Amino acid sequence: MTNLDAPGSRRRLTGWGRTVPSVAHVARPGSPEALETLVATASARGATARGLGRAYGDAAQNGGGIVLDCTALDGIGAIDVGAGGATITVGGGTSLEAILRAVLPAGWCLPVLPGTRHVTVGGAIAADVHGKNHHRVGAFSAHVEAFTLHAATGERRTVTRASDPVLFEATTGGMGLTGVIIDATLCLVPIETRLMRVTTMHTADLDATMRALADADGGHAYSVAWLDLASGRGRGMVGAADHATRADAPDASLEAAPRALRLTTPPLPVSVVNRATVRVFNEAWFRRPVPREALQPIESYLAPLDALDAWPRLYGPGGLLQYQCALPAGEEPALRAIVEAIRHAPTVPALAVLKRFGPGSDAPLSFPLEGWTLAVDFPAGHAALGAFLDTLDERVAAAGGRVYLAKDARMRAEIVPLMYPRLDEWRETQSRMDPRGIFTSDLDRRLHLTRGSQA
Amino acid sequence: MTSPLGHPRTVLILGGGSDIAFAIARALIARGTGAFVLAGRHPDVIEARAAALRAAGATAVEVAAFDAEQIDAHEAIVAQAFQRARAISGDVDLALIAFGLIDEASVLDETPAAAGHVAMVNFAGAVSSGLAVAQQLSAQGHGTLVVLSSLAGQRSRPSILPYGAAKAGLDAFTSGLEEALRGSGVRVVSVRPGWVRTRMTANRRSAPFATSPERVASDVLRGLDRGDRVVWTPRLLRLVAPILRLMPRGVFRLLARSR
Repeated sequence: MTNLDAPGSRRRLTGWGRTVPSVAHVARPGSPEALETLVATASARGATARGLGRAYGDAAQNGGGIVLDCTALDGIGAIDVGAGGATITVGGGTSLEAILRAVLPAGWCLPVLPGTRHVTVGGAIAADVHGKNHHRVGAFSAHVEAFTLHAATGERRTVTRASDPVLFEATTGGMGLTGVIIDATLCLVPIETRLMRVTTMHTADLDATMRALADADGGHAYSVAWLDLASGRGRGMVGAADHATRADAPDASLEAAPRALRLTTPPLPVSVVNRATVRVFNEAWFRRPVPREALQPIESYLAPLDALDAWPRLYGPGGLLQYQCALPAGEEPALRAIVEAIRHAPTVPALAVLKRFGPGSDAPLSFPLEGWTLAVDFPAGHAALGAFLDTLDERVAAAGGRVYLAKDARMRAEIVPLMYPRLDEWRETQSRMDPRGIFTSDLDRRLHLTRGSQA
Repeated sequence: MTSPLGHPRTVLILGGGSDIAFAIARALIARGTGAFVLAGRHPDVIEARAAALRAAGATAVEVAAFDAEQIDAHEAIVAQAFQRARAISGDVDLALIAFGLIDEASVLDETPAAAGHVAMVNFAGAVSSGLAVAQQLSAQGHGTLVVLSSLAGQRSRPSILPYGAAKAGLDAFTSGLEEALRGSGVRVVSVRPGWVRTRMTANRRSAPFATSPERVASDVLRGLDRGDRVVWTPRLLRLVAPILRLMPRGVFRLLARSR
């Protein structure tokens, strides 16, 4: 029965990939107290937190229940410079973009930045996002000193690694199912300029790309490879980078760079991403003149797609699926086999990115594990893609790897415990924090993450 | 959730003994649907269908008792069916109203009670169970309701008059329900086949545009992929139906008499 008393307006929501819509009651609490009231009104369909909607699948959807738009729980405190370094306390709904605007001019940067700046701190913790420097510094949660969690019971708790390591780790990577992040204290790292010194290498095939990435990781803080899986032998480009020092760029200012041109994508009636357009794009991308060494703004190296707003619209009404998996070090043969399979996928692998992960964290549902991570965008909506990706899941699980929950819209529940073997341990903590099963989501119901998700 | 690749993961069928429903279920399994709840009147028929779906590759099939004429029980039975679907798989992504009852005799030779039962099953039973399903789907914020209707709902000949009249009423209900569900995340699809060779029609003479349950199933899946609100099957009926509705009574009488 439609719950007419439910707060907020009924809205159809999807993730960033624009697939699997559901309709929920969306409410935007302006304060922790308003959040508390909303969580207390949750019906059997529960509640879930949503930030800027960058999870690709259904993680921040909750069909028939409440979706808490947390973007008004924002706010940026002063930079607190102490003996051990600097920290900043921000609202859980604050975007990384807003934090960068505040801290970069003062000579500080966030130690981990994912592929887009348009995510909230709460979302970054819930997905335990990673950046191109994971091999050096780990994931986002490694640099979180503390956060305040609004639990399902109404309790508000400040959590640090020391005060409650089990809850801290269940929340980092916990997809928002242990509670809502109201605020967080994040570590900052000093920078001398707002630029990155980027070295670009062209590689002929996958093995060369993997070697170049491994070499780059020894000498550079950041590294990532773009792969062309739509044609040829799987050529690629490896971009390795470090924060530029004042010596690298004596004239560089820490003040805001002139606002770059920001393009947007209109809604398109059909997809413009197909084998032919991808081949043409990849050819042009690979052939474009790139200096071997160049200085680039931090934002454009770390989040190149942020320059094109709403880019998933390029995939038309069908949307896109991003498949991101991690494979342990030593499983290079499995990685090669998976890449080879993807080159012959039912729909074109439009954008493929490979990078090396450093050691993973102790969080049971955190995605990164030491080895490799591969992310591939496919146009969705092709019937045969489902069975194909199911077979990839099996290969990934068999190799001791896993699929990133923040990207997923299609995995089957049975495979999750194989990829995340500590799922039961996480469920223990989650159900202790949320005994009535209030926090849930479409992702949770699909993958049976929480104990209450099948009720 | 219906997968981004277009197949529902969890399916509820009311009228689980229906040949058309069975063909649709098998076509869905071939695309990756895993879980079914089959509800129907005859336990032995439903159990046999459940076994056949498991053999065809379904990962979980539950059965439930459902009688289209027991209108007062529909709300509770449908609620239980949704609970069972969640226990074995997840929210119901696709619900199929597939039961039907066809007249045994031409209308003036039929007992009034038999005619009333036909109207009850095909109209009232479909209205109450369809509404129960629609409310459940609306409460979960997503899902598709597929209602099996008939070409006979366009214009009824005497040989199946109560059946056709009930399907006409059902079509009116379905299209109004679709409007009422706007913004709820729920989609409604009305399937209007011509003559289908099934157990229900086994003792009767075939009609023009006769088709098979398998053809109906493939047209239904195509309609689901395309986002159609009405699925005519065979597809040519999309053009035939308006002619049938508008043709002069004399011409229709000639056509109907020849049956």
